[in-house]
Amino acid sequence: MAQTTLSTPTTRVPTLGTEKRRSDSIWRLAIRRFFKHRMAVFGLLLLVSVVLFITVGTLFYSEAYANQTAILKKNNPPSAEHPLGTDQVGRDILARAIYGGQISLLIGISSVVISIAVGSIIGLVAGFFGGWIDALLMRLVEALLAIPTLILLLVLSSVLTRNTATLNILGRELSSTVIMIVFIIGLTTWMPLSRIVRSLVLTLKEQEFILAARAIGVKDRRIISQHVLPNCLAPIIVSATLGIGTAIITEAYLSFLGFGVLPPTATWGNILSPAKDMIGTVWWMWMVPGALIVATVLAINFIGDGLRDAFDPRSTK
Amino acid sequence: MTQYIMRRLLQAIPLLLIVTVLIYGLLKAVGDPLAHLANDPLVRAEDRAILRRSLGLDDPVALQFLHWLIGDDWHQRDLDFDGEPDTYGERRGVLRGDFGESFRFGRPVTQVIGAVLPNTLILGVTAYIVTVVLGLGIGIFAALRQYSFLDNLITTISFILFSMPIFLVALLSVFFFSVKFQEWGLPSLPTGGMYDVRGDRSLDELLVRLILPVFSLAAISIARYTRFVRASMLEVINSDYIRTARAKGLSERRINYVHGLKNASLPVITLMGLDIPFILSGAVVTETIFGWPGMGKLFIDSLTILDPPVLIIFVLITAVAVVLMQLLTDLVYAWLDPRIHYN
Repeated sequence: MAQTTLSTPTTRVPTLGTEKRRSDSIWRLAIRRFFKHRMAVFGLLLLVSVVLFITVGTLFYSEAYANQTAILKKNNPPSAEHPLGTDQVGRDILARAIYGGQISLLIGISSVVISIAVGSIIGLVAGFFGGWIDALLMRLVEALLAIPTLILLLVLSSVLTRNTATLNILGRELSSTVIMIVFIIGLTTWMPLSRIVRSLVLTLKEQEFILAARAIGVKDRRIISQHVLPNCLAPIIVSATLGIGTAIITEAYLSFLGFGVLPPTATWGNILSPAKDMIGTVWWMWMVPGALIVATVLAINFIGDGLRDAFDPRSTK
Repeated sequence: MTQYIMRRLLQAIPLLLIVTVLIYGLLKAVGDPLAHLANDPLVRAEDRAILRRSLGLDDPVALQFLHWLIGDDWHQRDLDFDGEPDTYGERRGVLRGDFGESFRFGRPVTQVIGAVLPNTLILGVTAYIVTVVLGLGIGIFAALRQYSFLDNLITTISFILFSMPIFLVALLSVFFFSVKFQEWGLPSLPTGGMYDVRGDRSLDELLVRLILPVFSLAAISIARYTRFVRASMLEVINSDYIRTARAKGLSERRINYVHGLKNASLPVITLMGLDIPFILSGAVVTETIFGWPGMGKLFIDSLTILDPPVLIIFVLITAVAVVLMQLLTDLVYAWLDPRIHYN
């Protein structure tokens, strides 16, 4: 669409509404605003460093090394051989942090894609059409929200991660619990967003510009995609970015409680899990993955906030 | 309005039924609650079979659910394995006030939950009050000073907290305030549960033991509320009617707290309302780390050992609380925003 607008500017007859704001300029404006946002740029840089750490790191350590146990060297503090110490079965924490980070990020992103798609669609449809569709969808949301997320997650994961297998994905050996956890997190976290979107749509559709659009005969689908959705984008984008962080943290919770991704596949959550009984003595075991979780989620949150400000049409910056 | 409330309450019945069927089915899929007996040399295989049958675990799942719901005192089972049903069940079902018996403790579920619920309420309500008061206060404070030094500081701190899993806050607070403070010879805070091992059950002791768990629970929530309140407050104070209010000469105070806050509170109220019922379900992670004998710890223990009667009532209690709070939230929502009508 952007291309047709740019390539045929002279032949296009300006109609009402198009001469004022082209669709590409909003995005360009948003990008400009985003890069003026100091925290967002800091977040982006932080995220890039984390990504570099988990990708470049693989050049120095193999995954087999990360999963290799050496029981005589368990709980060793940082040394020349193991820069960040070893865990309770003698595996190298640095190598595990590198490979664990890949899995944690993978889980974060994949589960959010599922969660955001389901959440926004259900919220939009329920809020816009109202009536029995709204009632039905919201009862479903209520039924799922009526069970605390962590409780639902724990029950689901004790069902689904009971039979574990080793999968070969893109040449890597992964515990099948990784895939299970992605779906478990994705399908248990979309409800709050659907409620937020629905409540926004409820207020939006009472407003004059929607009434005006309807009065001149704009179709429902177009009203939703052109008028309602853009006004919901800010919370959806904020939810999506924050959602990645939340999903990484959620994986960490599950693994911390022993219901998440199972070793030998490392995640930041299951590296630090065994440390809960030895907080004072093996600080490297929980502080390293802990710091990585905070850095990543912090970066993602900064970016999310930057995007929120950048997309806000009322933003004056 | 009364009609609306009645309708919502009636709608809650199928909702709760869906929740229970869902959870009941899931718990059945988790595994066999008597599996641990298979490796116990003291339990004979025949005894295990009788126990399984008397607990109703041999019945079809749908029938088991029906028994759980309305009781099994009308249903005969063949407990002596002679091919003929001989013994009536003893349960009366949830709908007749019999919430079942814990497999693990052999006591009624109501007693098992009743024993830990007050502990969770002490911890949860304290943390909730701390969270709401500080979250609202700091959020509004930051919104009214957008991009000032203090706002940026608050934003940075809440972003860092927001990016932390609760267990990391808990581990850090234990590491510093308990382990390190002790090493450095400073007054350190206790971490192990609600009560002193020497049996000191005074209020002072309880309050001291509340500090670290409440801190761990509230810190991240405060950050969450602060972000949320700030965002929705900013959303509102940048809108046209606030400019109008300012143009007609209303005091800043009135603009911010009457016109601004009332509209900004709409999404916040949803957040607050939805959080309340989850006080009941306890803080799984925090209670596990601090050994707090509450609902969350009961849940994890019951899930690990697989004690379905406790787990299902646990979920049901939360679900009932959630349904009631959602109704209340919607009513408050309609009361605050006259644009929304429920009919």
